Amino acid sequence: MALDSKTDTKPQQFKVVGTRPLRPDGIDKVTGRARFGADMSAPGMLVGLVLRSPHPHARIRSIDTSAAEALTGVHAVVTRADFGPPSDPGVADVLDNCMAGDNALYDGHAVAAVAAISGKVARQALKLIKVDYQPLPHVTDVDAAMAPDAPALHEGRADETVPAGMSPNVMARHEFGHGDIDAGLSQADRVLERTYRTEATHQGYIEPHACLATMNADGQADLWCCTQGHYMVRNTCAAILGIEQGQLRVTASEIGGGFGGKTTVFLEPVALKLSQKSGRPVKMVMSRSEVLRATGPTASSSIDVRIGMTRDGRITAGFAELRYQGGAYPGSPVDMGSMSAFAPYDLENVRTVGFDVVTNRPKQAAYRAPGAPMAAFAVESAIDELARGFGLDPLEVRLKNAAREGTRASYGPTYPAIGLEATLRTAKDHPHWSAPLGPNQGRGVACGFWFNFGGDTCVSLNITPDGTVTLSEGNPDIGGSRASMSMMAAEELGIPYDRVRTVIADTGSLGQNEVTDGSRVTFAVGLATIEAARAAKREMCKRAAQVWGIDEDAVIWEDGAARPAGPNAGQHPPMSLAEIAAIASNTGGPIAGHFEVNAEGAGVSFATHMVDTEVDPDTGAVKILRYTVFQDAGKAVHPSYVEGQFQGGAVQGIGWALNEAYIYGEDGILQNPGFLDYRIPVASDLPMIDTVILEIPNPGHPYGVRGVGETSIVPPLAAVANSVSDAAGVRMTSLPMSPPKLLAAIRSGQS
Amino acid sequence: MQYLSPTTIDDAIRLLSSQSGDCKVLAGGTDLLVRMRSGFAEPDSILDIKRIDELRRISRDAGGWRIGAAVSGAEMGEHADLVADWPGVVEAVNLIGSTQIQGRATMAGNLCNASPAADSVPAMIAAGAVARIAGQDGLRDIPVADVPTGPGKTCLSPGEFVTSIWLPSRPERSGDAYLRFIPRTEMDIAVVGCAVALTLDAGGTCTAARVSLGAVAPTAILVDAAADTLIGTTVDDTALDALARACSDAARPIADKRGTVEFRVHVAGVLAKRAAIIAKTRAGGAS
Amino acid sequence: MSKIHVTTTINGDPVEYLCDAEETLLDVLRDHLGLTGSKEGCGTGDCGACSVTVDGRLVCSCLMLGAEAAGREIGTIEGMAKGDQLHPLQQKFIEHAALQCGICTPGILVAAKSLLDHNPDPSEEETRYWLAGNLCRCTGYDKIIRAVLDAAKDMREAS
Repeated sequence: MALDSKTDTKPQQFKVVGTRPLRPDGIDKVTGRARFGADMSAPGMLVGLVLRSPHPHARIRSIDTSAAEALTGVHAVVTRADFGPPSDPGVADVLDNCMAGDNALYDGHAVAAVAAISGKVARQALKLIKVDYQPLPHVTDVDAAMAPDAPALHEGRADETVPAGMSPNVMARHEFGHGDIDAGLSQADRVLERTYRTEATHQGYIEPHACLATMNADGQADLWCCTQGHYMVRNTCAAILGIEQGQLRVTASEIGGGFGGKTTVFLEPVALKLSQKSGRPVKMVMSRSEVLRATGPTASSSIDVRIGMTRDGRITAGFAELRYQGGAYPGSPVDMGSMSAFAPYDLENVRTVGFDVVTNRPKQAAYRAPGAPMAAFAVESAIDELARGFGLDPLEVRLKNAAREGTRASYGPTYPAIGLEATLRTAKDHPHWSAPLGPNQGRGVACGFWFNFGGDTCVSLNITPDGTVTLSEGNPDIGGSRASMSMMAAEELGIPYDRVRTVIADTGSLGQNEVTDGSRVTFAVGLATIEAARAAKREMCKRAAQVWGIDEDAVIWEDGAARPAGPNAGQHPPMSLAEIAAIASNTGGPIAGHFEVNAEGAGVSFATHMVDTEVDPDTGAVKILRYTVFQDAGKAVHPSYVEGQFQGGAVQGIGWALNEAYIYGEDGILQNPGFLDYRIPVASDLPMIDTVILEIPNPGHPYGVRGVGETSIVPPLAAVANSVSDAAGVRMTSLPMSPPKLLAAIRSGQS
Repeated sequence: MQYLSPTTIDDAIRLLSSQSGDCKVLAGGTDLLVRMRSGFAEPDSILDIKRIDELRRISRDAGGWRIGAAVSGAEMGEHADLVADWPGVVEAVNLIGSTQIQGRATMAGNLCNASPAADSVPAMIAAGAVARIAGQDGLRDIPVADVPTGPGKTCLSPGEFVTSIWLPSRPERSGDAYLRFIPRTEMDIAVVGCAVALTLDAGGTCTAARVSLGAVAPTAILVDAAADTLIGTTVDDTALDALARACSDAARPIADKRGTVEFRVHVAGVLAKRAAIIAKTRAGGAS
Repeated sequence: MSKIHVTTTINGDPVEYLCDAEETLLDVLRDHLGLTGSKEGCGTGDCGACSVTVDGRLVCSCLMLGAEAAGREIGTIEGMAKGDQLHPLQQKFIEHAALQCGICTPGILVAAKSLLDHNPDPSEEETRYWLAGNLCRCTGYDKIIRAVLDAAKDMREAS
């Protein structure tokens, strides 16, 4: 829908938005009182555990659960045989990932589950389940999976976009772009061709997946779980279990991180089925090893880039072929990688081709700007190498080619007002850019882009009799969004922030809400909050008009009170929100505002990152010395949490660039399913992460807000690689740049 | 599973020898509980030695130091006199895991876990440390270097456990140092570790040295050839280069998820050099 | 196998419980005593979300048996505030926006308090190394470190 207010891009004066109030859930979270997924229990609760495949690929000939069922204390055992075909074929892969059907497709794939009176009994029961596996050949590498003779996971499932003759593991082909690549390359002074590789990384949220399910024989069910979208959980579980959506009430717990990884279900349908079968509430909590073996890492990638540049830094053509493996099922984010690869640039000739490939790995799940960081790593590395090769300033080269308002994006649309150029100019003027570097130190920059999403959103805003405001939204608060919603409601209503309390409603309390993804919440839920507040204001003006005996069009809302619109409306003292609320019962009943929308106009977001590194030439160790993020936030509602998103994304990107990787052996078994060897950055690895918030208003939001959560992970892979390449004197084209890999490159460069 | 917590060494020996099934000795527990959690260890009983007072002490013994098997890394790091004598050993112990791990992990446990990558073991070997082992036949002392016999394996017989580690008295003008390489700055297992302990004469010439490497063989190794490159020199650049070569030559690592053979071989030399410089400085040598 | 009867002190209160020999202190806190502020992020001592103090010493409660707690003084996040008075660290974490999702926060607060008990004036580097065993995936640690250093400063000035 189009909102009149959306086109209003003139600078606005804010009273609450842009300040830094304390978050409403702060005390609960610093005292340990906040309840996360695993913190809930129910009377009579059983403990559910999952049996997982020890093979990367195997036919399941049979499963004998009789001994487990006979064990005292075991109340239910489920296998795929307990699930019928889903009522929506769109969730068939999700079900198969939650509980394997004919084949186990990766190390860690769920094959059975038990519910018992304790974890101890459940563990004993798992050992009593006999699975007869017939091991099958496996493949975990994306390029190996694309070989014609590779072991096939899903013969015959490729869609119509895949050319004949390709490996049966290629599920889809995507193509974007415009212009003539060959003609463009012929105008270049140099054409660079490189292949880049990135490894799969995990979202690495500290809270493992957890849920507590109760399902009755009549199909009514309740579910408590940590998720980025409880409405998605409801709809998916209902489809898998063949029950009505309205019969399943899902309550979102506090969520201990998600980063995209909690935008699908793993345990929830299994817990509901165990509960149904046992007639008892069932709680399931994953171990860290289960999280790493069986929940979504992101795709690994192999990307060929061909870019032509003139000696003065103009990109004449850009081409990339992107190959992403997304684990055992179709749906790697190669489409978004292909769309975003060249999105920061204004190019006459640009084309990307992406291949979605399946392998014997866990089904990938979204990870912060899914698909984009790998693509940006490839393109931003190539641009950096070309710029440095010509002796040009890498920021200048990016400025010269930067997309602006009116640029036709490589993936199709024409940009409205965007902030890329502002981030580049600010970076160039920042003291970081001109600070001196020491020996073995280097500096790198890179740009990043993310689309940002809108989507289905409902908000309900209620005025209490004492004049406070309660706001119900349907998206879990993953990083301070309750504060932002309260702020936007307070801004719109003209009341203090602490008069608004925002709660996350369960699925019985609001309509459909899209998951917390695509950096959509501050934008879309914010937009709906503002519109809900406006609806409440209209109602309050009406009540005031009624009291004053004047026409409701003659009342306006200003500074938290209804006022006569002008002298012709008569002399009436303003009626505050609290005064109107106090007499609501006598003027027509309770006052509320609500808004339901499929929000559009999210407004794309750009960032430029700058990083200094020091390389130990004798060990290949990399130290991050200094890091600065420049990103367009449209309008920063709560700047502290905007900075937090910038910093968090940058550090996740640093991890991806340096030390995080899924490591598979020849046997197809994940070798590092723990935080010991899946190495996310620790506090001592890092300096402070400086941030510069730019505010180029999004014309699609009443306050100009853009999503900020995801863009920040797009540039760091390339920025760190460019910095390390500068420091080490060798070009690094493969991530992670672990010390053994970097040292080998340095030593082969020396010899 | 049964939990046993004797308060004397004699009771511990008696309990240990009378257990019919698999009984594991619990010191800090930072390895044992992880192995139990991941299903690699399923003991029938656990014998907690932390309630035995004399195993919780750091004391002077025969000019050196006796460190009880239940003393945590944090307690060692807070013992100023011990740190002054054996800074390399203490820093090696203190490198094991996080602050939280330091609150529990023990040097004896690190030894008995018998990981080839154990941080404290090369440092103890370089220091010439001796483990005291208790069993039904009484106490016996054996060099730390002889305790691990392979990954996860020790020379201890069933019914035996380490009660303490003895560090010898530190000769005049001596210093020790331990360095390890890890991908991050904390929280990783050593990809390579190297300890150097050396003694200088009044003129700054090295008169004695012991060099030990970790994570480059099935157990931590004492590299005599590396020590020989230092003895008789002033630990100058030529000697350090020879030391690095000797350590790289002695390294027989495997390639695994933490590092390649080439990386470990090269970095063994790099760390040896850097550790020797620190040890020399601690011994009062000119830098 | 019969359960073990343990008498201990948690956050100053006398506590008794029964536990299996293999249950960790974290299992006991969360599953038997309802003290769910300590979190399990890994169960292997790699994330620090279950940090508690035992006789004043910082440890991972997932790496300690419940049976070992007998006679000890255990401190958890639930004991950090005094009544309705937040500890300065808790207050600073809210003020600095040093938490996003909040799952690592209890463990980091317990660890940070332990740091300031040992060292009232830590440098940034000391703080980063002390907290290296507490993983946070949301914040990049920046605001956490600032909150700890700011709390330390206020506490020094107040004492």
